[in-house]
Amino acid sequence: MMVDGVEDEEKWLAAGIAGLQQNAFYMHRALDSNNLRDALKYSAQMLSELRTSKLSPQKYYQLYMRAFDELRKLEMFFKEETRRGCSIIDLYELVQHAGNILPRLYLLCTVGSVYIKSKEAPAKDVLKDLVEMCRGIQHPVRGLFLRSYLSQISRDKLPDIGSEYEGDADTVNDAMEFVLQNFTEMNKLWVRMQHQGPAREKDKREKERSELRDLVGKNLHVLSQIEGVDLDTYKETVLPRVLEQVVNCKDEIAQCYLMDCIIQVFPDEYHLQTLEILLGAFPQLQPSVDIKTVLSRLMERLSNYAASSTEVLPEFLQVEAFSKLNNAIGKVIEAQADMPILGAVTLYSSLLTFTLHVHPDRLDYADQVLGACVKKLSGEGKLEDNRATKQIVALLSAPLDKYNDIVTVLKLSNYPSVMEYVDSETNKVMAMVIIQSIMKNNTQISTADKVGALFELIKGLIRDLDGAAHDQVDEDDFKEEQNSVARLIQMLQNDDTEEMFKIICTVRKHILTGGPKRLPFTVPPLVFSSLKLVRQLQGPEENPFGEEGSTTPKKVFQLLNQTIETLYGVPAPELALRLYLQCAEAANDSDLEPVAYEFFTQAYILYEEEISDSRAQVTAIHLIIGTLQRMHVFGVENRDTLTHKATGYSAKLLKKPDQCRAVYACSHLFWVDDQDNMKDGERKLCIVCSNTWPVQSISILGWCLPTHMDDISY
Amino acid sequence: MNYLIGAFKPACNISITFADGKNRKQISIEPVLGKKVEHNGVKIELLGQIEMYFDRGNFYDFTSLVRELDVPGEIYERKTYPFEFSTVEMPYETYNGVNVRLRYVLKVTVSRGYGGSVVEYQDFVVRNYTPPPSINNSIKMEVGIEDCLHIEFEYNKSKYHLKDVIIGKIYFLLVRIKIKNMDLEIRRRESTGSGANTHVETETLAKFELMDGAPVRGESIPIRLFLSPYELTPTHRNINNKFSVKYYLNLVLVDEEDRRYFKQQEITIYRLQENS
Repeated sequence: MMVDGVEDEEKWLAAGIAGLQQNAFYMHRALDSNNLRDALKYSAQMLSELRTSKLSPQKYYQLYMRAFDELRKLEMFFKEETRRGCSIIDLYELVQHAGNILPRLYLLCTVGSVYIKSKEAPAKDVLKDLVEMCRGIQHPVRGLFLRSYLSQISRDKLPDIGSEYEGDADTVNDAMEFVLQNFTEMNKLWVRMQHQGPAREKDKREKERSELRDLVGKNLHVLSQIEGVDLDTYKETVLPRVLEQVVNCKDEIAQCYLMDCIIQVFPDEYHLQTLEILLGAFPQLQPSVDIKTVLSRLMERLSNYAASSTEVLPEFLQVEAFSKLNNAIGKVIEAQADMPILGAVTLYSSLLTFTLHVHPDRLDYADQVLGACVKKLSGEGKLEDNRATKQIVALLSAPLDKYNDIVTVLKLSNYPSVMEYVDSETNKVMAMVIIQSIMKNNTQISTADKVGALFELIKGLIRDLDGAAHDQVDEDDFKEEQNSVARLIQMLQNDDTEEMFKIICTVRKHILTGGPKRLPFTVPPLVFSSLKLVRQLQGPEENPFGEEGSTTPKKVFQLLNQTIETLYGVPAPELALRLYLQCAEAANDSDLEPVAYEFFTQAYILYEEEISDSRAQVTAIHLIIGTLQRMHVFGVENRDTLTHKATGYSAKLLKKPDQCRAVYACSHLFWVDDQDNMKDGERKLCIVCSNTWPVQSISILGWCLPTHMDDISY
Repeated sequence: MNYLIGAFKPACNISITFADGKNRKQISIEPVLGKKVEHNGVKIELLGQIEMYFDRGNFYDFTSLVRELDVPGEIYERKTYPFEFSTVEMPYETYNGVNVRLRYVLKVTVSRGYGGSVVEYQDFVVRNYTPPPSINNSIKMEVGIEDCLHIEFEYNKSKYHLKDVIIGKIYFLLVRIKIKNMDLEIRRRESTGSGANTHVETETLAKFELMDGAPVRGESIPIRLFLSPYELTPTHRNINNKFSVKYYLNLVLVDEEDRRYFKQQEITIYRLQENS
């Protein structure tokens, strides 16, 4: 059925164009021979093609455009005729003899254009007559196009101030009245389309209406271009009249489009100064109108206006823009109790952006908006709507983008509350946004409280939240997330060692809830931050008072030990081992022999009990040896014990070459600069070497020896 | 009798010329001879005549004036007779209708005994002008069909001259039908005869579209109808008790099912005296 309809329409359009062109041809002949009578006859016949009811608006438009072009030629002819002595007033009457109203009115508008240009009558009189006479067309599509024609030919002939058609004192009023009346009638016709035709074709009708909407909206554009319409005129006359029509027409499509049109077409300065009037209209609109989108666009425009120049900001304060908008939004949300959450969040998001642009110093305003949003969200429970969550991310990102400082953002007391209402996926997204902001801006988060608040905020990354689908996490994404957390931990810094320790404790508390998958990422940076603290504590500025309970390296090491222990549960023995060794080294630098020894012990236990893969063992043993070699804090006994154990492990490695290499690495353990009684260890080494590996021993020895040439005896 | 004249060809040619086209006429007649014409007298008559087309041509002379131009004699050559009918009462104007016409004619008769009289006719048109009427009320009326359609129409005058403009509006008080369009027709009703013998002919002289599309309650549609393009005549009331010509404005609304709703209203048309 639909296809047939389209085909038929093509046929009708083709027929219409053919008829139009044929009559245009004869009309041209008449124009060329200065035959007024025939010109009128054929032009009227040509225009009769526009009387059709068979075409959809898009196709009608094509027909209309051709007629429009032909009428331009006719208009020129009329102008020539008046130069040849024909009276324009007679011509104005002559065209009204046409029997059919539509051609008659098109011709009348065309003559009217010449009439105005001739200045034989005031523009306002001709325009008034034309806009009145057009009432004869009550058919919506035909009426809209006719009035659109009137609008087009009159645009440059309005009696505006400064125009050549300017009239007496009331001239701007006349221009405005003309446009307002045409607008009102066009809107009436446009709205009427909604109720014509059968109910089942409603969608088709609404689509056709949508195609015609710019014809109606154009009038507002014309109004905005009238020079004489200044702020006062706009406030006193234009806006109230337009709003009256918008509200009274009670049509959802018209209201939504026209409110948006008003906002886009008139200057932002006007909107600021008429904010109350404009906002007052919203509650009067039909409940089904998408107010949120329109209001959001208004706030967006005003935000951009505020951002464009600081000079306009006082104006915003003067008109109390924030409170008006806040109230208006509150009213709308209250009035439309079943507005979907997406709508409410979008509105708050736009309001927040507005607030941030206009009142960047008023954190309380921003907090107010967030608070209102929380209140609305609290009635909803966890969000399901994708778009709504996207809006919440936008809402939460806005202050971040504006202040570039999470610390400031955390001052907004309602900020974390909003985060409560998003699902875990969104929480993670938001957390990443926050971390990226911190890193980009190098934000200093310097107190344990702030750190705690931050980690609470980004808890989606820190731990598995309730209801999160653990299995469906993408491996790469997970790594990226945890690496971000790791980077974040690295960034936390405070030169005050007390505070730093508190920060470390806070972070530790949070990351320990992360579970085995996260600990391998989060524990290392914490360990290194802690070690950094230790180095700070060792620094020249020792706390002279050594207060009870103050942070000491020992305390830090204690914490470290407990922290690294958690890696057992992952299990991540190799990582734990490395970290133990790092700690041992740091303990070495702090001259804490027992602590260092303890770390080594732990490492050795790990080696013995947890590291079973041969390659892992090789790596581990070399790490142990390397670290041990650098230790100078150990006394002879401790060192011996550790060394022997290391050597023992080396000898028990699975593959002979590995054993070799490990053992000769151990040789370095026996040679320690500045220590007297270490040298005889080499002997032991050589014996061990030659006894166990006769063949390779020579080459091994050859390798070993050059370092201690002078002191070795074969 | 007639075809005998024809067999012999007209004995003389008569032509009547008007020197002055208004109420008073002065005419010269020139009979041109083929050969000598003997006659029993030449006269000229001015006739005002109403002719009914039915009833096999029913003539009625309401005005008849005669001037004797010549006594019986002979005409050898071209002869000119001046004549004058002054202060003739021509109360009705010329009218050419469907069933009736009213004409003024000059009839020249050259009487002859045998061979038949030679007769020549010359029509002339009489137009009667009237000054603007002292009272000319507008027509304003509310009409409708209950629960269906309710309109108020207004025409600015009840009496219009031939080059006038009908200005008015149609206001819709109630619209429950689906209107397609609205026209204003000008209809002429010519009634001839009387009593049982009355013939009425109605003709629609103008069909002027007032509105295209369906209005809603509260709409006001303007009317501006110029009368000059149409072939109208003044209203003739009971001319000599023989015929009347009346004009009506017929407002017609057509709905989507092509049903017509109409309201007819009589108007008076007159010929306006132009102040030169």
